[in-house]
Amino acid sequence: MSALAVRLRFARTGYGKVGLAGSLLLLALIAVGPLFAPHDPAGIVSVPLQQPSSEFLLGTDGLGRDVLSRVLWGGRSVVGLAVLATALAYAVGTAIGLLAGYTRSLVDPLLMRAMDVLLAVPPLLFLLVLATGAGRSIPVLVLGVATVHVPSIARIVRAATQEVSTHGYVEAAVARGERVGAILRREILPNVLGTVLADAGIRLTASILILASVNFLGLGLQPPRADWALMIAENRGGITLQPWAVAAPALLIAFLTISVNLVADAVARSLGTSTDRKRVAR
Amino acid sequence: MTELAAPELALTGVPSRRRRHPLASFVLRRVAAGVATLVVVSILLFTGTNVLPGDVASAVLGRDSTPAGLAQIRRELHLNRPAPERYWNWLSGFVQGDLGSSVAGQAVSGEPTPISGLIGDRIRNTAVLALCTILLLVPLSLVLGVLSAMRAGRPVDHAVTGISLGLISLPEFVTGTLLILVFAEWLGLLPAVSLIGIDDTVLTHPSILVLPVLTLLAASLAQTTRMVRAGMLEVLRSDYVEWARLSGHRERDVVFRYALRNALAPTVQVIALNVQWLVGGIVVTEYVFGYPGIGQALVQAVSARDVPYVLSVGMLIAIVYIALNVVADLLVVLLVPKLRTAQ
Repeated sequence: MSALAVRLRFARTGYGKVGLAGSLLLLALIAVGPLFAPHDPAGIVSVPLQQPSSEFLLGTDGLGRDVLSRVLWGGRSVVGLAVLATALAYAVGTAIGLLAGYTRSLVDPLLMRAMDVLLAVPPLLFLLVLATGAGRSIPVLVLGVATVHVPSIARIVRAATQEVSTHGYVEAAVARGERVGAILRREILPNVLGTVLADAGIRLTASILILASVNFLGLGLQPPRADWALMIAENRGGITLQPWAVAAPALLIAFLTISVNLVADAVARSLGTSTDRKRVAR
Repeated sequence: MTELAAPELALTGVPSRRRRHPLASFVLRRVAAGVATLVVVSILLFTGTNVLPGDVASAVLGRDSTPAGLAQIRRELHLNRPAPERYWNWLSGFVQGDLGSSVAGQAVSGEPTPISGLIGDRIRNTAVLALCTILLLVPLSLVLGVLSAMRAGRPVDHAVTGISLGLISLPEFVTGTLLILVFAEWLGLLPAVSLIGIDDTVLTHPSILVLPVLTLLAASLAQTTRMVRAGMLEVLRSDYVEWARLSGHRERDVVFRYALRNALAPTVQVIALNVQWLVGGIVVTEYVFGYPGIGQALVQAVSARDVPYVLSVGMLIAIVYIALNVVADLLVVLLVPKLRTAQ
């Protein structure tokens, strides 16, 4: 079976199809939505907490900004930062896992004990402590979310690396006198990549969830940025007068996370690593 | 070889506590590992919150800070001391029940406010919320999980699977906000915010518990149900269940007398993991509903950069989290005898 067929097999399941369609639709909205924004997302354009009208299709928020325009702009940070954090987590986690799995020195137990400690801290607590100590900024936010994923990625890569290193072609490379860096990159990495990326979608969903939660708590991105989670937090006070300013971003986050998770779950299943088993195994 | 030699050793009367009480030694080792992890986590939390030492002092003084005032506060709070010494003072106080003083409290009242006095009620409120959730979570996830495993591939199973897949992906603050929109704003049935009087307890207003518990249940119930279903399906496909069916037992007996018991052990671990996961969920949920618990206190303390408060409450949360982890491991080993030898 070709690699492409394996990759697309997830799309055959019902949930996978629904998820894929939903994800693509939302990504399109997030990518080109700002082009269609009728007003400046940061500009005060009318009276606060106005009901939906023909000029402001979703009404205005507590400061008199157009909710529709803010919603159209507000998905970029949700998806963009989550993708960034997940990619960073994979880069660092894979490097640590490769090193720990290949080396037979003290480096391995040292690295893995450090990972165990990180796993012992609740992710949200970790991010809150980070926000207290290092302040609220985008780099801190992305680094924090990436750090939350690193230990489990490193563990999986380490186990896969240990298995792959026993193969003849790795021993041949060692016998040829190749440098460690080259062996890790050319011989081992390509063979562990499949195992590692199988749950990339699940991690992306987790990144979106935790980033949005921190932003909602007011400890990540700061106003006046247009961000769905931040919008919900800002407009909760006016929920009785103008429910749309809260409902629109809330429904969009729900739609996004459900779609992405359906795809992630279908991919994981088609690769034979069901989410259920993984969670039990941890 | 060592395994073969072990019984002989025991027979010839060479006493080895490890061999005689493998379970006790496992329990001891696991608890010791938990305590060691806690010590390292406490260092991590302390370093994390004390990276910028100037902030505690400026948080106390607020806008009125002058260089001289800042220096004085730093002396009073011993912030000019080296970090290892401050860590040791904090940790030895914490172990003896002295959680330190809230900086934000001092900024308001002008007096040092002991944290232990601020969080007693909050701990109780959070415990009530967690307990209500767990009491509903365990039976519901067992019933739904077993039901959808027995009806695998049929409409009931599809409904349970589809709904749980959707609920898993929702962050608590979105579930909570949508519940507020429907039940508080549109239907007007339940309060959107948890308002209670100073002398009242949460239990005198049970209605404020409904929406937070539902929010916490949404994601955790979906996860546990899925995992109970997966565990149950695996057992139902095993040889001995097939054998029981072939021997002519009724399907109901097969499920409840043979399969369920064996599916229960992994389920305990799954539920323990989800209770552990509730620790994070509770923080967000309490904030959404303004529920006066320990999670809301933590978020407020982080917003105010009240470092001692964040540190002590964070440490309490880490203790609960790690303790749950240890308990989950111990429970599983107690329930699955074959794991005892695998350690």
